[in-house]
Amino acid sequence: MIEAVYSKGNIVAKTGNEVVAEALRQIEPDVMAAYPITPATEIVQIFSQFVADGVVKSEYVTVESEHSAISAAIAASAAGARAVTSTSSQGLCLMWEMLYIASGLRLPVIMAEVNRAVSAPININADHSDTMGARDAGWIQMYSENSQEAYDNIIQLTKIAEKARLPALAAMDGFITSHCMEVVETYPDADVKAFVGEYNPERYLLDVKRPYTLGSIDLQDYYFEHRYQLAQAMIDARSIILDVAKEFKEAFGREYGFYEKYMFDDAEIAMIIIGSSAGDVKVVVKELRKKGIKAGLLKIRVYRPFPTEQIARDLAHVKAIAVMDRSDSCSGAFPPIYSDVVASIYSAGVLSPKVLSYVYGIGGREFCDEQIVKVYETLGKVASGLEKPSNIIEYMNVRIK
Amino acid sequence: MSKKVIEVRWHGRGGQGAKTAALLFAETVMATGMYVQAFPEYGPERMGAPVQSFNRVSEDPITVHSGIRNPNYVVILDSSLMKSVPVTDGIGKSGKIIVNTSLSTSEIAKKLDTDVNQIYAVNASRIALKTMGKDIPNTPMLGALVKLIGTLDINGVLENIKTKLKVKFRHKPGVVEGNLASIKMAFDEVGN
Repeated sequence: MIEAVYSKGNIVAKTGNEVVAEALRQIEPDVMAAYPITPATEIVQIFSQFVADGVVKSEYVTVESEHSAISAAIAASAAGARAVTSTSSQGLCLMWEMLYIASGLRLPVIMAEVNRAVSAPININADHSDTMGARDAGWIQMYSENSQEAYDNIIQLTKIAEKARLPALAAMDGFITSHCMEVVETYPDADVKAFVGEYNPERYLLDVKRPYTLGSIDLQDYYFEHRYQLAQAMIDARSIILDVAKEFKEAFGREYGFYEKYMFDDAEIAMIIIGSSAGDVKVVVKELRKKGIKAGLLKIRVYRPFPTEQIARDLAHVKAIAVMDRSDSCSGAFPPIYSDVVASIYSAGVLSPKVLSYVYGIGGREFCDEQIVKVYETLGKVASGLEKPSNIIEYMNVRIK
Repeated sequence: MSKKVIEVRWHGRGGQGAKTAALLFAETVMATGMYVQAFPEYGPERMGAPVQSFNRVSEDPITVHSGIRNPNYVVILDSSLMKSVPVTDGIGKSGKIIVNTSLSTSEIAKKLDTDVNQIYAVNASRIALKTMGKDIPNTPMLGALVKLIGTLDINGVLENIKTKLKVKFRHKPGVVEGNLASIKMAFDEVGN
């Protein structure tokens, strides 16, 4: 039988959507505001059934657009409620201006996000363009390799957001994780509720005894200070994330950090990746290790705040690194994760690793073992000096060159 | 890569239950202690259009999430798909194909241009009509698949499906017995 990690854990077969909806049921936010239109996912639909069946006491707010969904969640959060929304792709794009308002007002709105390509052309498959576009919006961003992580992450994130007073999103790959049924361990309702705890905001609009103003005009006299504080809050969120991970391990037994290191500590060549493809990379790394090749993987879980100092320290010993981006910035420069990794190591004075940039899996383009092996082959050649590292983005498996 | 993982590809038409079959198969196989995955072909679905769904089964945790290219088993719910869809893609010389058909294995092998030993025929539509009064071939085909994989416990599978369907069809208890009978019948018939 499949053993549970937690003594009271329950082993189930669920899709990513089902298990995230399950986590939200257990968290039981005060307010869920959502607008389930294509390309939304089942998360909201499943949650609305919980509301209809009376299994959660959450106020379910139906709205007329994704922009209104996030607006309602922000308003509820400002009023003092634990507020949640869920979206994907175009929905996140429509929420755009409000993302900055949530973070600027320092409201811990929680979002269950499913990563899907953005239009045009129309595409509903997995890539990270939607959330990567929101990387500078002042939201904590956490990514999942599989349904288990999606479940564990949203539970932790609720606590993190409230402690950091920052909005936060937990993402999983569209279809690949969201629609795939796999084995997941869930925890009893009472234990999840105990872990997340009650939300007791320091200040809130419905606190009539201590009225205050939220969202007022803030020009050249104070705006800069407030934005600086937001940036500092993101830095401070790092230790909160690690503290909550520690509490989570003590409560449920699973270990989390900013990233997962897989056969990494003595690795000479390594891939850095986010999301579901990490699992495919692990299989390749294991095979390469059998052949004596010192391959490794670093899977980023927490992308915002970016773990700059830690990653620079951990990458120092690696000879050649491939940074895999499932989105492209169309910037003339480099995609997001590559830019963050290179800036992190360069600013820390870590100059020895050769760092290559790959863009893969755009719009759901298949990314599998054959391509992963090729990347490691290139890394091997670069590490040994046989090949000069490329200074341009390698677009994997694209038919136009 | 390691082949300890059993990979299955289901072919059906939108509305025939290829996705449901893969999900039900995964849930029930998990209940027998195996790690599983079930996922549909990624993309929009249309009634009647060719669709695919997939399963992985393994004794160890499954970390791979890429598509299935070399399935060990192909399950065809609608034999008319053999003309229009490349159902034999990636099966090689050792993959097995289970077809819902009234034709013989040699006739199917000829149509698909494969070795007759790779073909298994089961008249799932007849079984479904007999046991459930409707042409819903997905559950009997699930029984046939369990039989061919060989290492799965049919009684455990039946027991689990019974529990699942009892909840789903709590207002129509007759449906449960029909489904179970169809699985058992296909299990007994296939490969004999």
